[in-house]
Amino acid sequence: MDAIKIQLPHTVQPRAENANDGAVSRTMQPIVTGTSVVAFKYKDGIMMAADTLASYGSLARFRSEKRLMAVGDNTLVGVSGDLSDFQYMQHVLEDLETRELCMDDDQTLGTKSVYKYISNIMYNRRTKVDPLWNSYVVAGLDHDEKFLGFVDLYGTRYQSPTIATGFGAHLAQPILRKRVEGREDEIEEEEALAILDDCMRVLFYRDARSFNKLRRAKVTAQGVEISEPYSLETNWDFAESIVGYGG
Amino acid sequence: MFRNQYDNDASTWSPQGRIFQVEYASEAVKQGSAVVGLRSKDHVVLVAVKRSPNELASYQKKIVRIDDHMGIAMAGLTSDARVLSNYLRTEAMRSKMVYGRPLPVGRAVNMIGDRAQINTLEYGRRPYGVGLLVIGYDDAGPHLLEFNPSGIVSEYYAYSIGARSQSARTNLERNFEQFQDLSLQELVTQGLRALRDTLQQGKQLDTMNTSIGFVGKDTKFTMLDGEATQQYLDLIDEGARHAGGRCDGD
Repeated sequence: MDAIKIQLPHTVQPRAENANDGAVSRTMQPIVTGTSVVAFKYKDGIMMAADTLASYGSLARFRSEKRLMAVGDNTLVGVSGDLSDFQYMQHVLEDLETRELCMDDDQTLGTKSVYKYISNIMYNRRTKVDPLWNSYVVAGLDHDEKFLGFVDLYGTRYQSPTIATGFGAHLAQPILRKRVEGREDEIEEEEALAILDDCMRVLFYRDARSFNKLRRAKVTAQGVEISEPYSLETNWDFAESIVGYGG
Repeated sequence: MFRNQYDNDASTWSPQGRIFQVEYASEAVKQGSAVVGLRSKDHVVLVAVKRSPNELASYQKKIVRIDDHMGIAMAGLTSDARVLSNYLRTEAMRSKMVYGRPLPVGRAVNMIGDRAQINTLEYGRRPYGVGLLVIGYDDAGPHLLEFNPSGIVSEYYAYSIGARSQSARTNLERNFEQFQDLSLQELVTQGLRALRDTLQQGKQLDTMNTSIGFVGKDTKFTMLDGEATQQYLDLIDEGARHAGGRCDGD
């Protein structure tokens, strides 16, 4: 009798041919990664920033990657974690946008819907024990209401006036707590940019996977605007006084 | 001898370019008791006359809630309508689960329109024997749409389907331009006046046979039956005397 051939779902791939004893392998760790995303609400909408580095372990492998993406006219998505998983998510969201466009009925997909959709995908994948290794920050104006939400690889989600992922959760979040929270509706664009740059500067000084080439983006009533890459002023004079570390 | 050769199934054309089975199904809609739908800039209303098969039986339900923002009224085979409303409810829940938003009304009606159209395309199927008026409120405001067995979906300011519905449409055609600015209460009253025109000689709208459904801006879909309809029935004649929509001669 012929052996029965079992068709495995695409998410559960057998190991190499000669070692296929029924075991399966899945993503055990992220490979090419992006670091922190920082985002917060301000007077006119939401501000967000992320650097352009895609690290391969500790190697600064790709230095001009885009980690901020617009979905539709009013939604901005920022990502940290595995960038190939992000590219998959980009395709999924582009498909969603195309489907919505093809409806051609003057209905628009709001930021909250995009957020719910991403959350569902993330939770669905964690349930298959094959997560997309990312943290997503979703920002936008939904029916003229500011929205800022977070989802991670477990499908955990929360909304907050300030959000920072990865290392930023430790280094930028305290700054945002102090300078933004409670003042979301007062902060003018100029101050918001200063806060954003201060957060990104601290991250560049202290996060070894960060990079001094970054993009910032904002969502306002005028839509989504993602900047060209720019760099921050830094000062390394203090390094002279550091003793030890093999210098 | 002169049997119609082209009405055996819903996927055969007659040489005159007609699909008889679909036309027969449309007749079933005309047998059902009338329903009226009408819309203002903030609200949309359904009114229907319920029928009971005999003295001892209950009245057949005419209006069904789909979701907080959407409802339907049916004319024709109510059992077919139940299949369609079940499907709509499932899709409305799916929209909330996947996208966290209420299902846009136009999309909902086009979904059942597509289902009805497939019945005219595939072997071994029959058309739905029911027509629906669907009301709902979404980002684009209030909507009134008609679904019928042919799979055609149309949007209206005001419309009526079912037995003797032409009388209601004549009433609506005369008045629909004023509906835009009416309050919910006035809109229901106007609907009941149009619905009254469909009744047979000697029949009247009462709390037993009248069904009202509405939805709108900041108003969830609401259904009124029985005693709750009395306050609106009381307004039918009163309004006519004052506003003079129909009795403007004197």
